[in-house]
Amino acid sequence: MTKSELIQRLAEKNPHLYMRDVEKIIDTIFDEISQALARGDRVELRGFGAFSVKVREPRVGRNPRTGESVQVDGKRLPFFKTGKALRERLNGGVDHGEDDEGDED
Amino acid sequence: MSERTITRADLAEAVYAQVGLSRNESASLVEVVLDEVADTLIKGDNVKISSFGSFSIRQKGERVGRNPKTGVEVPILPRRVLVFRASHVLKDLINGKISTE
Repeated sequence: MTKSELIQRLAEKNPHLYMRDVEKIIDTIFDEISQALARGDRVELRGFGAFSVKVREPRVGRNPRTGESVQVDGKRLPFFKTGKALRERLNGGVDHGEDDEGDED
Repeated sequence: MSERTITRADLAEAVYAQVGLSRNESASLVEVVLDEVADTLIKGDNVKISSFGSFSIRQKGERVGRNPKTGVEVPILPRRVLVFRASHVLKDLINGKISTE
């Protein structure tokens, strides 16, 4: 499902809303999340999941082929962790626990 | 970094400010959007939001794990996991390569 299909579906289910308002609602939600992450904030949507930013410090790496050391810049990476309720619903109501990384609920 | 935690209430407030619906309806629409995304993923479809990122479902097979405390081997059951991949636009935004607004 793409964003335009999401807009389409929600417009069909909410016939009292203008299509352009549905579009604006969806854009606003994802823009808000993006801007929060850009500020370094965390976004926690209980039951759905949590978005956060992980910081990778600059480091001296090595070119594995030549053995030469190179300066690797630090960077910030967006990260998502699935919420407990959604994780359970993906598995027919069974919670297998957290899979690999992160922490939310 | 400011390090606030944004919640549904903040998203609802933003929708209220941007779209001009009532606060109540704004809050319920945030829920409707999240539910639609979740339901689509549960059906096994991926969700791709341009300039934000994509959510996809990955099927994981059974594998052998180990209790790190006792060292006892335990089977890790097959499961479906949700994977989020941020778009380049979002990654650049977070690294200050694009200005906010």
